[in-house]
Amino acid sequence: MPGFDFSNYNRNAALHAQGVPLPKATSTGTTIVGCIYDGGVVIAADTRATSGPIVADKNCEKLHYISPQIWCAGAGTAADTEFTTALISSQLELHSLSTGRKPRVVTCMTLLKQHLFRYQGHIGAYLVVAGVDPTGTHLFTVHAHGSTDKLPYVTMGSGSLAAMSVFESQWKPNCTKEDAMSLCSLAIQAGIFNDLGSGSNVDLAVITPDKTTLHRGFVKPNERSQKLKNYKFKRGTTAVLNEKIITKDDIGKYVSVHELEATGEERMDIDP
Amino acid sequence: MAMFSQNPVLNGPNYSFAEVPQHAVDGLREHRFNPYTDNGGSTLAIAGADFAIIAGDTRLTAGYSINTRYAPKVFKIGGSTSSQDDANILLSVVGFAADGEALKERLDAVCKMYRYRHGKPMSVSACAKRLSTILYQKRFFPYYVHAILGGLDEDGTGAVYSYDPVGSYEREQCRAGGAAASLIMPFLDNQVNFKNQYIPGSGVGHELQERERVPLPRNEVEVLVKDAFDSAVERHIEVGDGLQMMIITKDGIEERLLPLKKD
Amino acid sequence: MDHRPQAWGRPRDDVYGAYDASYMQTNQPNQHTQSPIVTGTSVLGMKFKDGVVIAADNLASYGSLARFTDVKRLRTFAESSVVGFGGDVSDMQYLDRHLTELAIDEAYTSTTTTPNAQPTLNARNLHKYLSKLLYHRRSKFDPLWNSLLVAGLDEAGAPFLAAADLLGTTFTSPSLATGFGSMLAQPIMRGLVPDEASVAQVTREQAINCVRECMKVLFYRDARSLDSYSLAVVTKDGVELSENEKLENQSWAFADRIKGYGTQTV
Repeated sequence: MPGFDFSNYNRNAALHAQGVPLPKATSTGTTIVGCIYDGGVVIAADTRATSGPIVADKNCEKLHYISPQIWCAGAGTAADTEFTTALISSQLELHSLSTGRKPRVVTCMTLLKQHLFRYQGHIGAYLVVAGVDPTGTHLFTVHAHGSTDKLPYVTMGSGSLAAMSVFESQWKPNCTKEDAMSLCSLAIQAGIFNDLGSGSNVDLAVITPDKTTLHRGFVKPNERSQKLKNYKFKRGTTAVLNEKIITKDDIGKYVSVHELEATGEERMDIDP
Repeated sequence: MAMFSQNPVLNGPNYSFAEVPQHAVDGLREHRFNPYTDNGGSTLAIAGADFAIIAGDTRLTAGYSINTRYAPKVFKIGGSTSSQDDANILLSVVGFAADGEALKERLDAVCKMYRYRHGKPMSVSACAKRLSTILYQKRFFPYYVHAILGGLDEDGTGAVYSYDPVGSYEREQCRAGGAAASLIMPFLDNQVNFKNQYIPGSGVGHELQERERVPLPRNEVEVLVKDAFDSAVERHIEVGDGLQMMIITKDGIEERLLPLKKD
Repeated sequence: MDHRPQAWGRPRDDVYGAYDASYMQTNQPNQHTQSPIVTGTSVLGMKFKDGVVIAADNLASYGSLARFTDVKRLRTFAESSVVGFGGDVSDMQYLDRHLTELAIDEAYTSTTTTPNAQPTLNARNLHKYLSKLLYHRRSKFDPLWNSLLVAGLDEAGAPFLAAADLLGTTFTSPSLATGFGSMLAQPIMRGLVPDEASVAQVTREQAINCVRECMKVLFYRDARSLDSYSLAVVTKDGVELSENEKLENQSWAFADRIKGYGTQTV
């Protein structure tokens, strides 16, 4: 059976009724934005992933590949944004192969909203979909419940209001690529510095009819400071309570060992 | 030990955001005014041979927002005037900021009254006991704070007292409090009390000698404090913006302000 | 007759039965504010080199209904401070009455007769008073459901701006905003005054323009906001309060491009 496995649903519902809390998912409490300019579209994201108040990943990637000219910025539950974009990317590729045409942004948006609507918000993916296709430049947002929006500039995630404050006070129609890039970067930085769910660096992607340029670490305003002290321990600081040496000859007692003939190309990559 | 036990009203001082519901919601739930909130932030105190340092970050949060980048958490207590120039005690409070402010002002008033009546400042140990009773007086509507008191004892040795929200207290060598306490405390155990550190080659197995505990000099402690907060800022979203360090010695109280990351 | 002192004048229990005290217990619903009803949205404030700018729109909402459109949410105090109110409007009006009373009391007890007499309560004193009141009420489980900004000058004549909310939480910053403004306006204002040191570089015009811009952003994106607002500037020369400001130069340039929300093209 394709799709999700619900076989643990009843067990989990029973556990939940007894007061067992849900496992905490990594969320990309995030700032993501997008902005159309004359000749393409820019999307950008911060790089902080959180689990409650703890920073789970200081430099995660929130810009997801859909097709060469279509990219997604994802906020919400990290796993849901990853898998949803990967799933739709795959479907769009197959659709493109079967029709023999380039994939369209509206197709991607429609697949996403229909998939998310079916799951009634339980798939916590909040996406900014951007791209260029034969019909033009497009920018959408898709909410976890399946609603979509189409605007010249969009923001999402916990830092969406901070980012939107930048767009609403600085956006002008008919901006250039550089304008759009700096505007998106400023919007993300507004999120990074004013929203606790967002932090670290700015990732940015520029999509034009010719190519997509991904700027990983477009701005890095939060480099980690050097520690003032060296915390290297002297060898032997940790207590060794017991020591047992297993030689290569004895290892056969625990696992079966097969010597493999190493032949040039097929040699396994190992660290020197 | 009641220290850091779960607070009856909220989830305990180390957790900032409300967890998922602990019980299944069956229809109606009573809506009630919640008199508490968590304003994030973290504090840290270390006692030395002839000094004590109390430090705290200066960020004040509400949910995912920063209320201000500069709200001090460490205060001078018991000076003869509001300028606190001749104060001899330090207090740090972290948790619910309004309760922290109220607690600070209560304790300061008590110390000032003591000074007025006895013509001398309150000793740190007396103030420590008094703070415990102030906290316990509100046993069933607690001050939702993790307080740390610091100063010099009768021998001139650095003293640090730490409290749970309802007044259980203990004199310690070092203590971290607030949002990032669970991140900083293990670091302090290892670097201040040398936990899990043994003298290399001093024996085999359980015979191994533990590294001897010695009070750290002031410059090393300041380095530890800065490094501890730099690390906490990296991994806790509610910690950042500025680091306020108060150092009490026989010559008085010094204050240092250092920048922390603002994201 | 029972002759014990505590029972003087009372009917004897053994003759008339125990006194029925049930009427003294209140069985009515409690009168505390348990949630706000008619509400005001954000208040913005920003320091500049000579004083403070503070602004709030003139709307009082009843849930999602824009119920009253000319409610003034800034009030002056002692001609030297301004308080901005967000949250419940009835609690705001209670505080307003309370502050008027306080101002009269202060004017009586203040014995200074010199022409340039300092007001007895400066902005810092006023903020401390209000935050203690709010904390006291939250501790009685009977909160005043407001978030306040207090703008003015402190005892040294320096710009003073501080916030207090229904829990009694207080804080100060070069720029402050309550409610939605803390998310939508603060990022813009922090761009102009990131720290206390930068306040000295900001002029009155810069601060006013920045706050006006923020009011515009709030009108665009806060569904409980209005395009008419009050704006006050506090300096050592006193308070200039204007209660009928209108948002100017709104930009709806993005709108002409939009067609639908997805696949629509016409």
